Amino acid sequence: MSETALYLAIQDVAAQYPQRRSAVLPALRLAQEAHGGWLPAEAFRAVADALELTPAYCKSVASFYDMFQLAPVGTHMIEVCTNISCALVGAQATLEAFESELGIRAGETTPDGAFTLRTIECLGGCGWGTVVSCDHRYKQHVKPADVPALIEELRHAEH
Amino acid sequence: MPSTEFEQIVLAGADDHDLTKLSEYEKVGGYQSLRKALGMERQAVLDELITASVRGRGGAGFPSGRKASFVPKPEQTTKPIYLTINADESEPGTFKDREIMARVPHRLIEGALITAYTIGSNAVFIYIRGEYLTEYEIVKAALDEARDRGLVGANIAGSSWNCTIVLHRGAGAYICGEETALLESLEGKRGQPRSKPPFPAIAGLYAAPTLINNVETIATVPAVIARGGAWYATLGVENANGTRVFSLSGNVVNGGNYELPLGTSLREVIYDIGGGIPNGRTLKAIIPGGSSTPILRADQIDTALDYDSVAAGGSMLGSGGIIAIDDRACMVQVALRVASFYQHESCGKCTPCREGTRWLVSLITKIEAGQGSNADLDLLVDVCGRIMGRSLCPLGDAAAMPISSYVERFREEFQAHIDQGCCPYGDQSSLDGILGPVQQAARMHRQLAVIA
Ligand SMILES: Cc1cc2nc3c(=O)[nH]c(=O)nc-3n(C[C@H](O)[C@H](O)[C@H](O)COP(=O)(O)O)c2cc1C
Ligand code: FES
Repeated sequence: MSETALYLAIQDVAAQYPQRRSAVLPALRLAQEAHGGWLPAEAFRAVADALELTPAYCKSVASFYDMFQLAPVGTHMIEVCTNISCALVGAQATLEAFESELGIRAGETTPDGAFTLRTIECLGGCGWGTVVSCDHRYKQHVKPADVPALIEELRHAEH
Repeated sequence: MPSTEFEQIVLAGADDHDLTKLSEYEKVGGYQSLRKALGMERQAVLDELITASVRGRGGAGFPSGRKASFVPKPEQTTKPIYLTINADESEPGTFKDREIMARVPHRLIEGALITAYTIGSNAVFIYIRGEYLTEYEIVKAALDEARDRGLVGANIAGSSWNCTIVLHRGAGAYICGEETALLESLEGKRGQPRSKPPFPAIAGLYAAPTLINNVETIATVPAVIARGGAWYATLGVENANGTRVFSLSGNVVNGGNYELPLGTSLREVIYDIGGGIPNGRTLKAIIPGGSSTPILRADQIDTALDYDSVAAGGSMLGSGGIIAIDDRACMVQVALRVASFYQHESCGKCTPCREGTRWLVSLITKIEAGQGSNADLDLLVDVCGRIMGRSLCPLGDAAAMPISSYVERFREEFQAHIDQGCCPYGDQSSLDGILGPVQQAARMHRQLAVIA
């Protein structure tokens, strides 16, 4: 997305609200998508310019929310729920399967930049644990044996 | 099975029809309640909601009709009136709103429109949790369809009434489910709660009168208007009218959402509907209403799921998220997992919650590691007492209530860790090694430091 396209997209979103500042979250999301999945300094400047705020304000908002990335992440994001219901049905084993298959620990990115693996709090699929969010799409009932196929699927997904 | 003997309200028709489509929703009477309401006086619609007495399904259980009556009438205020729908569902163990949005999005939209009409609002905001991408897409498609058919926007259903609905996606913060934090977030700020009063009904979104309701609460409205508040009040039990969509998870055979009349017992939900505890294990404990509610022991299995009965059992109906825990779980590890969630989600604005949740995690970590003393256990209970009722919003209570209940009801397990100097489960607990967000964040920072 070009800088102008991002600016215009933010204006469109902002028009939905009685007060334009309400568009900070959607604008940060658009900026993150336009910058490869994370928010570099230019992204905060773009959001700030479009909404007539300061970059520091935008950064302080972004840092409050777990879905905004303040550092580079892999092409694909794998998030394993380890909250209580998933934990009770084996989330740790599922997480460890991802760790060994990808050769990284939770919280890390593979050296080739393809995958970021992290744990996440309850995703709202507790009755069907372990729940894993792969590029923001839920996979439910994920067992360690399912992990290699899920990673293959992501490798071949368009991005 | 009780689930088929009783009539569903919120999820009605979704088993036999694809209710994400407007035409299918109309086949089961969809949008007739909206037309009916638009032909009624606002006060008459409000009276039906008050008679139905649907207690808020977001957790606090406040009667929704009465809450709507606190909003000033359009002629009593110069400001616009807003309706905000809380679709931020993030309380661990709770996943009903997600299913409602995925399967009956039009019922949510219809309920939102009727409620907006009732309070004299022309603008609805649905705050949907950021992780619910698929559900956002489903609700958005339903909203587009309804708008194309003249059911949202200007001159709704041929009337002179106008109302817009905006879908607003969150970005990953449990605290934004708390109503005033939600409003802050919707205004484009960090999601930190406001002090009350003023209550949102008087000064909410952009300091204008605002009604905030949960997804499930709103999804009951079309049925109440179609069949009357008095009819709705016959469902369920005294002081707990109607049905609830209970979320069942943990160590149970058939996890999932089940819409059941209030007053159904935990035994029916866990054993008859849920199929019992898998792998021949025995039930040890039950969390009845999301991870912030106090735990029940297995011998409380006959507790009825209504507000008064669960309160008599020492807990709360909360968000309706029932978590079954079998005998493999170390209760100290359960405590550690739950406490670290609330620590991670504490927004940091008020001291009792910010400092208290940190203390909870470090004391429980010490006890789990076998390095705790009796003084630490006393201190743990003491810290809970110093958080309870002293925080700016109920997130502090949400952390302290369950932790103190684990100590109170499973004290022997905490004591065993202290006496034996180690976790009596060794590495055999079902929660062994579970990585919480706090430990992970530490690791992430280490990796960044290496890169830098
Ligand atoms: C920390 C915290 C988190 C909450 N999360 C939610 C939530 O995710 N969804 C929800 O509907 N209510 C949540 N609530 C309750 C809301 O503050 C509010 O009571 C509710 O949305 C009102 O709707 P109702 O009256 O229809 O239940 C939360 C409350 C607290 C204190
Ligand atoms: S605990 Fe994993 S989805 Fe809720």
